[in-house]
Amino acid sequence: MGYALPDEGGHFGRYGGRFVAETLMRPLLELQQAYERARVDGAFQDEFSEELRLFVGRPSPLYPARKLTDRFGGARIYLKREDLNHTGAHKINNAVGQALLAKRMGKTRVIAETGAGQHGVATATVAARFGLECVIYMGSEDIQRQAINVYRMKLLGAKVVPVTSGSRTLKDALNEAMRDWVTNIEDTFYIIGTVAGPHPYPAMVRDFQAVIGREVRYQIMEFEGRFPDALVACVGGGSNAMGLFYPFLDEPAVALVGVEAAGSGLATGRHAAPLSAGRPGVLHGNRTYLMETDDGQIIETHSISAGLDYPGVGPEHAWLKDSGRARYVAVTDDDALKAFHLLTRVEGIMPALESSHAIAHAGQLARELGRDACLVVNLSGRGDKDVHTIAAREGISL
Amino acid sequence: MSRLAERFRSIKARGRTALIPFITAGDPQPQITVSLMRALAAAGADVIELGVPFSDPMADGPVIQKASERALMHHVSLADVLVMAREFRTQDPDTPVVLMGYLNPVEAMGYDRFAAQARGAGVDGVLTVDLPPEEGAELAAVLKSQEIDPVFLIAPTSDSERIRRIVRLAGGFVYYVSLRGVTGAANLDLSEVAQKLRAIRAQTTLPVGVGFGISSAEAAVRVAGIADAVIVGSALVSRIGALAAQPDRVIAEAAAFVGQLRSAMDAAASEVRA
Repeated sequence: MGYALPDEGGHFGRYGGRFVAETLMRPLLELQQAYERARVDGAFQDEFSEELRLFVGRPSPLYPARKLTDRFGGARIYLKREDLNHTGAHKINNAVGQALLAKRMGKTRVIAETGAGQHGVATATVAARFGLECVIYMGSEDIQRQAINVYRMKLLGAKVVPVTSGSRTLKDALNEAMRDWVTNIEDTFYIIGTVAGPHPYPAMVRDFQAVIGREVRYQIMEFEGRFPDALVACVGGGSNAMGLFYPFLDEPAVALVGVEAAGSGLATGRHAAPLSAGRPGVLHGNRTYLMETDDGQIIETHSISAGLDYPGVGPEHAWLKDSGRARYVAVTDDDALKAFHLLTRVEGIMPALESSHAIAHAGQLARELGRDACLVVNLSGRGDKDVHTIAAREGISL
Repeated sequence: MSRLAERFRSIKARGRTALIPFITAGDPQPQITVSLMRALAAAGADVIELGVPFSDPMADGPVIQKASERALMHHVSLADVLVMAREFRTQDPDTPVVLMGYLNPVEAMGYDRFAAQARGAGVDGVLTVDLPPEEGAELAAVLKSQEIDPVFLIAPTSDSERIRRIVRLAGGFVYYVSLRGVTGAANLDLSEVAQKLRAIRAQTTLPVGVGFGISSAEAAVRVAGIADAVIVGSALVSRIGALAAQPDRVIAEAAAFVGQLRSAMDAAASEVRA
């Protein structure tokens, strides 16, 4: 049907594109060609589907969260259980896809950036699975916040390189991974973990994650016999949200709601919500909404959730915001924490702090939509990785 | 004729190769930048590349990134850099100044406003590192409308079709990145560079500067034998960085290094002529 973005140059309206040094253009063009061939190659897609089924454990369930629905007292809430994937988050879908592409391109080494560590773990996992050398770049600040994931990556055979430049978080890890890639282009494939970066990454990562929304399309039929009234997902870079939204873009009756991290509150300036409170600019190879100073320097973001702690956002979200097809809200650290506890206690499902932002907004939206409506929340990852963060915040020593 | 074109013409007429040092504006302190630029010109710099600090310099190595961080500690903005360029221009009417940086600060200011102010400040060229020709047509046109040369990078991996696209947009000179990788990396293969310069010159009459990986007088001399300009960045910036705690020594040290490069290049050139 109608939606056919990005264009040949990777543009979603005025967003996206390829804003990189000339040294990166050839590898990006090669990647684009390889991906375009793989995308229409039945053998590649079959192999991808098999890996998702047997290695990742797909399809992930669509779970009717009846207790949560009762607590919120509004629309019926379904959870897309990406937390039940191998490695505990949606990130593995994309990592498998890009690792298969890396193999097809004859690359022997994969690198990745990671914030919360979920994408790093996913990349280290597929590197082990496919016998690829693996180097993960991670901000030294995040390494402290996510010690268990760092150890998981090492167990999987990856080398984890601490990044001590800039704000020592995800954006700096991304800078460093780009530098590695431009230096080691011959044998190295850069597995970007979100729908950001230069073309073709935003489109490619979206396509690999779109399995989420494609499954929801048929899974919801079993319960409701129709599409949901709304889809809700947290947005850092925005890959779990794009994966859920994309197969529904041409269904105008389905509202799309992205939830950013409001940190201490949008008014405080301490947040990670570029779509809600930023403005367009160019970072990490694409034009999108950014958190920046008046004179165009990227600023440090704040969120209790490392996976949302990023000053940019995928360019397709920027486009969906401006076009009005999706809308974006922001949820504070405190409200995300409340949602974390609520879901854990009433459903026995411990969500990642990232996903807790989506749960928090789903409560408000469920009440707005009322009891006749239904909505799907992407439970993008499980919360085990966050128990130390939560305990520390609540003054509990483990 | 633009200041850049005039400078390259006169250098060529004298049988010399241009020497273009790169410094980051505001590194290590904003108040010494203009004096530093003057000292570099006096030491033999033909063009000055003035880096605009950016928080996320993805295409640079650790040396240039640290320079950006030092400048940003003083909150040096693109507007501040233009003030420095203007002050330099009032004191030195002839030495071309090329701003080198990333696109986002330019986007934040707005292309038209930036180009007009840069012209007013006597800026001669602008190189936006993260702007390949696919995305660069609009900014190049705005710069040209203000008689500022848009300088573009060419990489070892740029094929002849890409070179054609780039030189169509470019003005002033083109900047050949002599290495794969980021700024400040090692391993310069001269014959590979020479071959690529031939491919570039087959498509343009613009002067070709070579940068990335030129860290010593010997390397500068070797590159000077084949290029129209030798661009020295990380090697100079690392010397400045080493003296960040003693800013009063920066100017003399930087000028001495550029002077060494200049003498070595000139000595080699006169040997060739003799």
